[in-house]
Amino acid sequence: MLKERIYSISEYKQKIFSQKEYMREKDISGCGLFGVINKKGQPISGCVPVEAIAIQHDRGNGLGGGFAAYGIYPDLADKYAFHLMCDDQHSLDQAESLLKKYFDIHLSEAIPTRRTLNVMDSPILWRFFLTVKKDRPSWNFLSEEDYVVAVVMLVNKRVPGAYIFSSGKNMGAFKGVGFPEDIGEFYRLDEYKGHIWTAHNRFPTNTPGWWGGAHPFTILDWSIVHNGEISSYGINKRYLCEHKYECTLMTDTEVVAYLLDLLIRKHGLSKKMACKVFAPPFWDEIDRMEAEEREAYTALRMVYGSGLLNGPFAILFADHKSLVGLNDRIKLRPLIVAEKGDEVFMASEDCSIRSVCPDPEKLWAPKAGEPVIVELEN
Amino acid sequence: MSKLVIDAKGIYYRDLNAKIREAVREGYKEFELLNVSGQRYIATGLEGDLKFLIKGVAGQDTAAFMRGPYIRVKGNAQDGLANTMDEGRIVVEGMAGDVLGYAMRGGEVYVLEDVGYRVGIHMKAYKDKLPVIVIGGKAGDFLGEYMAGGVIIVLGLFSKHPEAPITGRSLATGIHGGSIYVRGGVPEYQLSSNLLVEEATAEDMELISKYVHNFCKELNKDPEPILKEKFIRIRPKSHRPYGNLYVPN
Repeated sequence: MLKERIYSISEYKQKIFSQKEYMREKDISGCGLFGVINKKGQPISGCVPVEAIAIQHDRGNGLGGGFAAYGIYPDLADKYAFHLMCDDQHSLDQAESLLKKYFDIHLSEAIPTRRTLNVMDSPILWRFFLTVKKDRPSWNFLSEEDYVVAVVMLVNKRVPGAYIFSSGKNMGAFKGVGFPEDIGEFYRLDEYKGHIWTAHNRFPTNTPGWWGGAHPFTILDWSIVHNGEISSYGINKRYLCEHKYECTLMTDTEVVAYLLDLLIRKHGLSKKMACKVFAPPFWDEIDRMEAEEREAYTALRMVYGSGLLNGPFAILFADHKSLVGLNDRIKLRPLIVAEKGDEVFMASEDCSIRSVCPDPEKLWAPKAGEPVIVELEN
Repeated sequence: MSKLVIDAKGIYYRDLNAKIREAVREGYKEFELLNVSGQRYIATGLEGDLKFLIKGVAGQDTAAFMRGPYIRVKGNAQDGLANTMDEGRIVVEGMAGDVLGYAMRGGEVYVLEDVGYRVGIHMKAYKDKLPVIVIGGKAGDFLGEYMAGGVIIVLGLFSKHPEAPITGRSLATGIHGGSIYVRGGVPEYQLSSNLLVEEATAEDMELISKYVHNFCKELNKDPEPILKEKFIRIRPKSHRPYGNLYVPN
């Protein structure tokens, strides 16, 4: 079952240890990240993120790989593209009947995959292209986006064995259990083109390595990939719960996707301010600021204390017009940024960027807690 | 034996390191590694009079536990360079990542540009062993954290962060031995009360001059203008900074 626990602990261990040699001879590691944006909105082949994350192979252990891509469904750009993973046909049928109640379905199809040696036991992977029904069965007072969020939460919480893991327009998440280069092959990402990509290589530490727990995590157009641990998960989750976001995927990173939606879309914070909620300046730094800035940051820390992300992290998040990289404020995880022409690259390792951009014009390690925000031009 | 040139493009790190070790056993003394793309552990644990030229990006834990070899990285080095290094010399013509020189106990590291966070953490010196790190650019937070011995020299010259201070927050937290020399000085607010901060003495300048000359020779810079500026010396006030933390005397 996708919902509840994926495997009992003994099943889980047997499954992993019987198949994967690399689990027995474990290398020290941490997750790996990669992201790229073309500032002019020009398409980038899915081969690029796959190649760049493959170089970081040893940062993961084969228990999770994933990608987010923007601009991949230009012919259906006005439809919500829902990607679903389901235990079996029954779960998919249940999810579909629920979606039918809230949306008009324009296209319903299997997400194209190819048989890949190292990707095993995949759930049913399906996508729907949807528009909100004119006559809504409920939640008439909600904005369209809030309505979509509400349905995603409903399906993820109530339909056994079914998860919506992507719900934006003209974008999509592709993820699963495996090394990211295998997941990229499995989802046939070489056949997609997008102007923003993020990629993730997972080394699960505190939570199970299962299909739903692979990164990216998404809601609407937001996607996030993360290297680290969010020890404030409990506080963040309860805070989100008050705002009708339900965490169902058993991985700490999920809270960041919903916090982005809450802080930026609903509360209207700028991306920079949202980053300063996640990784706020220390109080002694605030004390040294000019009066106006000092008041602003004091207010931000007071109002959004429950949105602070504690623990080590490097994250990349995106929406359809920007890519943002951010470190925790004492830099407990690596992040490198590089520029060349219209493209900006972000990754856990220098070599990952150079594998797809051998001669960047500029390459640097951003300072802890200082977001690198790259917006599309025009 | 002549120099061994290896094109590392597409070679998995284990295979690359196995190949190098095999060659060392065969008696090769000099290596040129081309197209290095983040392969880990190059020259890790190697001993003696060996020479490496690494072209590309040196991966995590390059030269960890190394005792003796000379390494020149034509490019950048990632995190963990010179981890617990014992002897030898490393020259990086670009920048280096986090935890450079972690628990380093001997040898010299010269980095032309910026270095990451927690550089020189747990560095130590023992008898005639004196680990030295010279940083041409700027350093991130926690420089010399828990430092027990050795020397870190920060020049602040060849940096990609013109707006940033030369060293970061929590400078030398928990330091209980060794010295950090900073060219020009650091903002007052970065200096916590457990640090003894003084202008470098003539004796210090002799030591700084020696290693800055090495730096300049290796990286083709002019030592004169670098040494004209004053340096400050940061040392711990106590060799047991936490001695009273739990059981006050």
